[in-house]
Amino acid sequence: MHDKTIAQLGAGLAAGEFSGEELVRAFLERIARHNPQLNAFITITAESALTQARAADQHRQRGAVGPLAGVPIAHKDIFCTNGVRTSCGSRILDRFIAPYDATVVEKLNAAGAVVLGKTNMDEFAMGSSNETSFYGPARNPWDLKAVPGGSSGGSAAAVAARLTPGATGTDTGGSIRQPAALCGVTGIKPTYGRVSRWGMIAYASSLDQGGPMARTAEDCALLLGAMAGFDPRDSTSVDRPVPDYVAALDRPLDGLKIGLPKEYFGEGLDGEVARVVEAAIAEYRRLGANIIEVSLPNSQLAIPAYYVIAPAECSSNLARFDGVRYGHRCENPKDLLDLYTRSRGEGFGAEVKRRILVGTFALSAGYYDAYYLKAQQIRRLISDDFRRAFERVDVIAGPTSPTVAFNLGEKVDDPITMYLSDIYTIAVNLAGLPGLSLPVGFVGQRPVGLQLIGNYFAEDRLLNVAHRYQQVTDWHRRAPAAFA
Amino acid sequence: MMEWETVIGLEIHAQLATKSKIFSGAATAYGAEPNTQACAIDLGLPGVLPVLNREAVRMAVTFGLAIGAEVARRSVFARKNYFYPDLPKGYQISQYELPVVQKGQLTIDLDDGTSKVIGITRAHLEEDAGKSLHEDFHGLSGIDLNRAGTPLLEIVSEPDLRSAREAVAYMKKLHQMVVYLGICDGNMQEGSFRCDANVSVRPKGDPKFGTRAEIKNLNSFRFVERAIEFEIERQIDLIESGGKVVQETRLYDPDKGETRSMRGKEEANDYRYFPDPDLLPLVIDEEFIATARAGLPELPDAKKQRFMSQYGLSTYDAGVLTTSRALGAYYEETVAALGGEPKLCANWVMGDLSAFLNKDNRDIAQSPVGAAQLAGLLRRIQDRTISGKIAKEVFEALWAGEGDADAIIEKRGLKQITDTSAIEKVIDDVIAANPEQLAQYRAGKDKLFGFFVGQVMKLSKGKANPQQVNDLLAQKLK
Amino acid sequence: MSLGPAEVAKIAHLARLAIRDEDAPAYARNLSAILELVEQMNAVDTTGVVPMAHPLDMAQRLRADEVGEPNQREHFQAIAPRTEAGLYLVPKVIE
Repeated sequence: MHDKTIAQLGAGLAAGEFSGEELVRAFLERIARHNPQLNAFITITAESALTQARAADQHRQRGAVGPLAGVPIAHKDIFCTNGVRTSCGSRILDRFIAPYDATVVEKLNAAGAVVLGKTNMDEFAMGSSNETSFYGPARNPWDLKAVPGGSSGGSAAAVAARLTPGATGTDTGGSIRQPAALCGVTGIKPTYGRVSRWGMIAYASSLDQGGPMARTAEDCALLLGAMAGFDPRDSTSVDRPVPDYVAALDRPLDGLKIGLPKEYFGEGLDGEVARVVEAAIAEYRRLGANIIEVSLPNSQLAIPAYYVIAPAECSSNLARFDGVRYGHRCENPKDLLDLYTRSRGEGFGAEVKRRILVGTFALSAGYYDAYYLKAQQIRRLISDDFRRAFERVDVIAGPTSPTVAFNLGEKVDDPITMYLSDIYTIAVNLAGLPGLSLPVGFVGQRPVGLQLIGNYFAEDRLLNVAHRYQQVTDWHRRAPAAFA
Repeated sequence: MMEWETVIGLEIHAQLATKSKIFSGAATAYGAEPNTQACAIDLGLPGVLPVLNREAVRMAVTFGLAIGAEVARRSVFARKNYFYPDLPKGYQISQYELPVVQKGQLTIDLDDGTSKVIGITRAHLEEDAGKSLHEDFHGLSGIDLNRAGTPLLEIVSEPDLRSAREAVAYMKKLHQMVVYLGICDGNMQEGSFRCDANVSVRPKGDPKFGTRAEIKNLNSFRFVERAIEFEIERQIDLIESGGKVVQETRLYDPDKGETRSMRGKEEANDYRYFPDPDLLPLVIDEEFIATARAGLPELPDAKKQRFMSQYGLSTYDAGVLTTSRALGAYYEETVAALGGEPKLCANWVMGDLSAFLNKDNRDIAQSPVGAAQLAGLLRRIQDRTISGKIAKEVFEALWAGEGDADAIIEKRGLKQITDTSAIEKVIDDVIAANPEQLAQYRAGKDKLFGFFVGQVMKLSKGKANPQQVNDLLAQKLK
Repeated sequence: MSLGPAEVAKIAHLARLAIRDEDAPAYARNLSAILELVEQMNAVDTTGVVPMAHPLDMAQRLRADEVGEPNQREHFQAIAPRTEAGLYLVPKVIE
């Protein structure tokens, strides 16, 4: 049962092959067995999952239900879940029971999906390896010595290890796509504004976007269809109808113009990863696509601009964690200043502190123009690069990450090296475009992801392009031996 | 002896009279139990997001139009970052580089009868903070976030004011304006309209400004005047005794009547303003402005001019009657109901009605005597059914809710006696009862005429028509 | 731009973060390295480029002025570190 995709599980539930309750019990059992090794879940909500599953079964008996009814999923622990701890991977929220549901949670609940638990993540989504989590790192199911990527590493590891057929993630600079690539699953970061940010704990508000992670593009289409849509509670949410992503999956790729940015295949890209990616491109050629070289000349500026904008926004977004209304509060504060500095000093980990400090500095008097304003100008240049490229091509393709999963501890003490692992994903967030990563092969034991970047609101096209590839390949069906 | 000139600029915070908060659907009503009107957004819970209240924008635009300002077609919300327990998110959402209202002006009337134009640099939308309560909770402070997120319009003047009196005149004019526009309830006790004053002094004729001190949170006209006067003296004394004014924030202590430094809270503020990524640029199109313009009431100055020309009122009367929109409307309704006699109406509205309102500490809107009722009373003065003196008695009864003027006059039998023969009879009785005074009068003691008038009025219980009494007495006493 | 431990302390104070003295040099080193990375932006002339604050070119949506939030004080204060009489308690605020 655990090896089936969401689409297959939905069909099985519909055909009465198994009940939602049986399904949830099967996955809860797998989680109980494998999570201690993987640390993919921070919180397991077994009881409420069973309640939800029974309710879904009852609904089904009473009449027609949607494709996600009774399907188990997991939420990245960045989405607020009413009555359930929402830690954001941080000590400061270790005992925070969210008093409301995020829109994404609400929508998936309404679709009948069953929440198995909350997945591990880099603290406040700041990291590319899951190692900044207060709860310790999740591990890569393909190789327990390797990181699962980050920040949505718990979701990626849980999906890859078949502990859940699908999960939510968030992506500020690659946090869905990079762990999807490193764990050999499919994940899509939608266009900024496509999925509501209400109830999604903010890291960098102008970059954050929630999205689904699953094994196939088809499953992502099913999940995204339920997650996406206008939300009046989010000023940056876009009021635009959600297309039927599943219906668009089978469109043929004849004549599709795929652009390969020459900057994504240069120095820094691991040679073996490059060969796997090139093989995937060759497959697309066989599927009828035209491959065209494009240029994104300001690509090398994406990381510098990102590491001003994201820290600046986070320094302000994380100011609310002050030990006054919720969250960690230090013991016996001697005065107000002590309450603030100690609660925050104890509550946040080193990487979060680094980014708060960088952001505070970049916004401070005398430095604003040189850092923050400059970064916003660079952001415009990067966005213009994409605009020009999309005048010539339908989709841009390249590696998701310059290397396969690295080992735990390998980069954790060197922030700069860690930052560079998002070199191909960050520009997409700066521009606000949709991006998808799908598994296209291995280097040794470790999976390689192909990144597809689309024009604004072209999620349907990205899912279609990924799906056609998955119809003729089986990388997405491979399971890590220990979790098959 | 050096002559000094004072330079004052005011920053006024007007709480906008919306039902809900600027970025959330929580109520803004005053006086609720602590934290019962603080929703997830106001508390700054993780994951919450702001959405802008249309009404707050309309009010800001209305204000901009009323002061002849430029309404920015595109303005931006920014975050002002600082830590304070009454500031739940660790930042205040405000407008910084691009405010919604830019460059306007307000004309104030000075004591010497002249007027002066005061520049308004900008007015911007922002959210209010909560309150720290300092009653002792085991040595701790309590935080109430009901007020957090209440919409404010911060109105910043140019440093055009030259005395405490001018500052107060400006503040009063602005107060009248925002209340007129219906965008602020103007309640200063509840903090709906409060002021920070930037005060500096310089040698007269010096083009450079002196170093200024900012006096925070002045919530009455009297405090503004006293605080500024104290501050001017303090600065002059300081400079004249060889000291230097330091740029700082000061607090006015109304009990001691002095300002004191707030140092400590000041320490190197660096607010790190940047555009709020949760909010998009506020774009105001022509249609929005046209709608706001169409909803604009007649403004105080225009109304005052009209009252002078249309009703022939004096500058003073027109000024008093246009103090508030409701008072002006009441006056005009009275004139309309009566069909004329604007001066009579003015005297009554400014006289008896205002006195009764004051006595009961009521607003014109809460007057138990409506404009139509007052007009009903004035009509009976006009047609001489009652005298002005009797009218005061009728007004008291009106105020007490004893029905309309005619019913009161009827019930109490207050109708004026205009029947000549009836008056003559009273006069005859009075003359007969006072032979001594009659003799004296006829001997040339003219001023006894008044005595006879008084006696006639007394005997007629004030109902005899005074003019007729005069005429008839004059004939009879001859 | 290179930052020393004293500058880090100043920024940490602005951000209300307690940083242990022994950690300050490492933060200073890391922060300086990050600033060096971001200063690569200076390689490009951005004169006249309009800063981009949002990925989408949209205007702020306005909501109707309606009260729609019920009182949830007990619910929200159930997760508060310290409350009394409906108030959040903090060390004395001095004005």
